[in-house]
Amino acid sequence: MKLAVLSGKGGTGKTLVSVNLAAVAKNSVYVDCDVEEPNGHLFFKPTEIETETVAIKIPVVDEDLCLGCRKCVDFCKFNALAAIVNKLLVFDDICHSCGGCIMLCPSNALTEKDKVIGEIKTGISEEVKVISGILNTGEVSGIPIIKELLKKTAAEKRLTLIDCPPGSACIVMESIRDADYCILVAEPTIFGRHNLALVYELVKLFNKPHGVVINKCMPGENLIETFCIENKINVLSKIPFESELGAINSDGEIAVKSEKYYGLFSELLQAVVKEVEHETVTHS
Amino acid sequence: MKIAIPADEKNLAGEVCMSFGRAPYFYIYETITKMGDFIENEAASSPGGAGIKAAQIVVDNHADILITPRCGENAAEVFKATELQIYKSKNGSISDNLDAYHNDKLSKLENFHAGFHGVTGN
Ligand code: SF4
Ligand code: SF4
Repeated sequence: MKLAVLSGKGGTGKTLVSVNLAAVAKNSVYVDCDVEEPNGHLFFKPTEIETETVAIKIPVVDEDLCLGCRKCVDFCKFNALAAIVNKLLVFDDICHSCGGCIMLCPSNALTEKDKVIGEIKTGISEEVKVISGILNTGEVSGIPIIKELLKKTAAEKRLTLIDCPPGSACIVMESIRDADYCILVAEPTIFGRHNLALVYELVKLFNKPHGVVINKCMPGENLIETFCIENKINVLSKIPFESELGAINSDGEIAVKSEKYYGLFSELLQAVVKEVEHETVTHS
Repeated sequence: MKIAIPADEKNLAGEVCMSFGRAPYFYIYETITKMGDFIENEAASSPGGAGIKAAQIVVDNHADILITPRCGENAAEVFKATELQIYKSKNGSISDNLDAYHNDKLSKLENFHAGFHGVTGN
């Protein structure tokens, strides 16, 4: 079972929820797809770390073979190539590794070279397998790293928590592709509601079963709860706004290690598992 | 010698376009014949790499001088492979800027801005 945890903006409790669900589930896998700012590992402090690099393929030109025909330049939709004074320039940062230019060069002047854009670290934290994707600073797209992360976990039988990048851009779509269920985390503020509306659109678009976790709940009227009622979205859990939880979180500790919060996250996990099982029954 | 200037509209009295890569037109002026033409900037509608493609268009039109309010790093990289000189435009119309250039009132553009890539999170 694969559960994706999303939020419209960073810092709304997405990592809190995914880390603690993985920790409470035990024998689980936590995948950090927030490749620009992976911080789940700060909580798990995994050991036995194995690192592998992720590279994309970009073209290199052999100037002796290049005829200056510009077929590659005209083809590249991303404008990653320019032909200037009989010299072909390749803009590595703009190239999307589609391989098209290499295929159509009439004189085989273009070949592939690897360009490392980041890495994947895999480690163990008690019974949780922790996998983090890290995009090197300055790189444009983390999607190739997310693809690798999901490939690694595709055959995984254990419960897998996918900590998605914030927002609702294509990198998030990539992260939820294989998910059985999406957990949307939101804070009860006007901005929180706006951000939730964006990710909600996304999960609807992909037809993913989903529910909402409201973080930083205070007594009284709740903007997110109202939004969920209006849109008939299931509220899975309300995490109270408590300084104790805030302190545990900012100390980089896992909340479910404290008696007080164990119940909260284990109930949330049960609620989600029930939802997914219900989905499987109604869809088969 | 040829001068290229990004333009908002096909009009010499019109303003210089604030963007280089996304300018709808370029005005290409030949200093010997004192004649010029507006050409379309096909890069304007590119989803990405507009600066690179716009630079390619300017170079393909044999410009020796570019007068522009700003220019990105990637376009500057393209121009580095050529002899082209980049001058910073002044407020005012395209013809004002041509005059300013002829009267040595323009200075070289030295700062190239980094791209805005990835802002949309692709
Ligand atoms: S397609 Fe090949 S031969 Fe033609 S310009 Fe590109 S690299 Fe050179
Ligand atoms: S691989 Fe694709 S994106 Fe990269 S330069 Fe070639 S055509 Fe452009």
